[in-house]
Amino acid sequence: MADSGETGGPVKKDGIQQAKTEGKELTKEEKQRLRKEKKQQKKSKEKKDEKASQESEKEKKPVSSASPASQPPTQPITPKAPSAVPTLVPVPASETPAPADKPAKSKAEMKAERRARQEAERASKQGKKGEVGQQAAPGKPKAPPSELQPVVKRLPEHVQVDNPEVLKKLAKKLERQQTPEYNAATKVKIPLRSDYGYKVSLFSHLHQYSRKAPLTQQLSIPSTVIHPAIVRLGLQYSQGIVAGSNARSVALLHAFKQVIRDYTTPPNEELSRDLVNKLKPYISFLNQCRPLSASMGNAIKYIKKEISNIPSQCKEEEAKSKLLNCIDRYIDEKINLAAKAIAKSSIEKISDGDVILVYGCSSLVNHILCEAFEKNRKFRVIVVDSRPRLEGREALRRLVQRGISCTYVLISAVSYILPEVSKVFLGAHALLANGYVMSRVGTSQIALVAKAFNVPVLVCCETYKFCERVQTDSFVSNELDDPDDLIVTRKGKTQLEHWQEVPSLGLLNLVYDVTPPDFVDLVITDLGMIPCTSVPVVLRVKNVDQ
Amino acid sequence: IKKDHLVEYFRAQMMKDPDMASAVAAIRTLLEFLKRDKGETILGLRESLTWATDCLTGVDSSVAVSSGGELFLRFISLTSLEHQDLSRCKKVMEERGELFLEKISMSRTKVAKLCHTFIKDGAKILTHSYSRVVLRVMEKAAAEKKRFSVYVTESQPDSAGRQMAEALRKLNVPVTVVLDAAVGYVLEKVDLVIVGAEGVVESGGIINKIGTYQMALCSKAHNKPFYVVAESFKFVRLYPLNQQDVPDKFKYKADTLKTVQNLSEEHPMIDYTPPSLITLLFTDLGVLTPSAVSDELIKLYL
Repeated sequence: MADSGETGGPVKKDGIQQAKTEGKELTKEEKQRLRKEKKQQKKSKEKKDEKASQESEKEKKPVSSASPASQPPTQPITPKAPSAVPTLVPVPASETPAPADKPAKSKAEMKAERRARQEAERASKQGKKGEVGQQAAPGKPKAPPSELQPVVKRLPEHVQVDNPEVLKKLAKKLERQQTPEYNAATKVKIPLRSDYGYKVSLFSHLHQYSRKAPLTQQLSIPSTVIHPAIVRLGLQYSQGIVAGSNARSVALLHAFKQVIRDYTTPPNEELSRDLVNKLKPYISFLNQCRPLSASMGNAIKYIKKEISNIPSQCKEEEAKSKLLNCIDRYIDEKINLAAKAIAKSSIEKISDGDVILVYGCSSLVNHILCEAFEKNRKFRVIVVDSRPRLEGREALRRLVQRGISCTYVLISAVSYILPEVSKVFLGAHALLANGYVMSRVGTSQIALVAKAFNVPVLVCCETYKFCERVQTDSFVSNELDDPDDLIVTRKGKTQLEHWQEVPSLGLLNLVYDVTPPDFVDLVITDLGMIPCTSVPVVLRVKNVDQ
Repeated sequence: IKKDHLVEYFRAQMMKDPDMASAVAAIRTLLEFLKRDKGETILGLRESLTWATDCLTGVDSSVAVSSGGELFLRFISLTSLEHQDLSRCKKVMEERGELFLEKISMSRTKVAKLCHTFIKDGAKILTHSYSRVVLRVMEKAAAEKKRFSVYVTESQPDSAGRQMAEALRKLNVPVTVVLDAAVGYVLEKVDLVIVGAEGVVESGGIINKIGTYQMALCSKAHNKPFYVVAESFKFVRLYPLNQQDVPDKFKYKADTLKTVQNLSEEHPMIDYTPPSLITLLFTDLGVLTPSAVSDELIKLYL
């Protein structure tokens, strides 16, 4: 795929040539890098000379109305709208900076229009790139730096909320994302959700949404063609009805199954390319409802890979049933069977007479404790809970129903209760590549106090939650929940009711925090028991397997 | 092949070469067992080998014997699917067994080669109890004409430290025997601490003669480097969280386990040193940090 109809444009950077000569097969990251460079070049070229309207494709883009209005975005934020560097034989090299025999109509409007046309085209030909694999909103820096050339690293836009230009770009991008143009009426417009309330300055780079203003209220019917299962899912996410890493991933996969069942390949399109395009606006929508978790990200990557691996001769029914099977198998293997394997390993670590401390409500930890109780281990549990979510109550309910003797404390009492504890079991939202554990806010506090008391801390996490990101603190990338959740009414008085009117007052409702590996003694995964520092080894082994 | 023959052979091996590690003797015994086995199926073979390993742990309950046995099994059974014919399979297994044995008999030399450079001229070394690997390291250092002196702990309840002191005196190395309780006292004079290991666990920690954990804690408090020398066949798939978590079958001698009813009256023979207290591990796979041990174990066992 590396060497195809690229007729050398005059403005080919050396890097690209180098890449071609260096290897037949460019890696995906290198391809993305090349695409970005091409875009940069093109932009600079466009400033100078005109492009021939070689793009014979019809482009009555509604975007063209938007584009002359706003400042032309320099480069599209995501790697998702690449200049199709290699192949794309059908597209008559829309990328090649055409030689300068343009009609001299150097009006900004014409340029902007043409650019808009090209971008829309590129967006529609996404599928060929198969595993470009990232979600729309959180943009690039998942692509590791290429050895080819030093490229400016851009921050993902979901942590640049206080930068107005970035917001404008995001708005434009959401408008542009749409289903293929064969039916101009079925364009999907995903509204941009606006932030709510005063944000604490340390976290002003993150989104903060209000639960009272769900995104679905801004969707207008019938111009939106987001699948109803996805709309329902988005609402469930944003209202907190579906919460918890595993629950969200499973719900996402089920919704995607519904989408696939209802999908029909449009004429002159291939399932493997078109379906991936279809999924993109859904993913942006879900991301707007509630930022995607690491586990959901990995699940989406898997689905996209499976879809793009479908051979083109495959009949539609066959392809669809194959995809549905893949998804079922994924849920089965990575979630259900993994839970069984982890429970088996954990039971060895639970001895009679143990006092186990758990925090919040982790489906995996609850499962382990119930299994251990079934196997007649004698232990008791201390459930630690914290506001505003009070998830510990759910865990308490589940454990007491089974007959396990439990104690319930709030997190402020944890140093009081720790001398009694023999082990701490924690769940995880994601395990980062440098060994840090990302989990519900309060987890790192518990790990810290446990370490001070020399109590072993065990983290239970399935391997599908391992992610390649690296983070050393909880500030750089986190999620801000609705600040109104912190308001509580006691004895008829609501002190914080008018917090918005007090200019110097900010309410902060963090969702996640990050625990360093020194505080974690053992990580139990479906591959076995590993120390926290061995997470990159597992990631390496997994990549080799795939 | 009956249990008694097996145990006989094992004891004979141990007596023949007192310098050989107990795990190596166990592997030799298992190889012999493999040669004489009259089983008909691969599964039967594996089962009888597991049974044989269990018998041997009944004689010598150290961690190394069980880990050596498991590694042996893994090393040879990777061939089990390639050949249809059982006898040919067995032949390949025997060859691989011999190969394995050869490799591990070289391991002590490799470890000594890596470690002796860390002993500088004029160094004062503290070590614990009697370890043949540490002895080999010191032999090499002495052969390189380095001048160093050694403090050895007495290491009760079996006074193995005195045996170590004797061996070192034969090498003309100045050696002092100290009480187990004097480790904290002596540490300020010492430059580095080198100990052997009976087993290296998945977290990167070690299982060794009782008293090692104390020594590691004191050296951490004094900021002295704490080195461990161990061959790779001692890597074992255990993950203890604390002292209590080490299985009872390793803590006590095999005879004690068989005869005594109430184990809480007995004194454990080994303890567990967590990886945070260890500076470096010298193995025949190279010089490793404790967190790299897990990586190596994954490679060995998966």
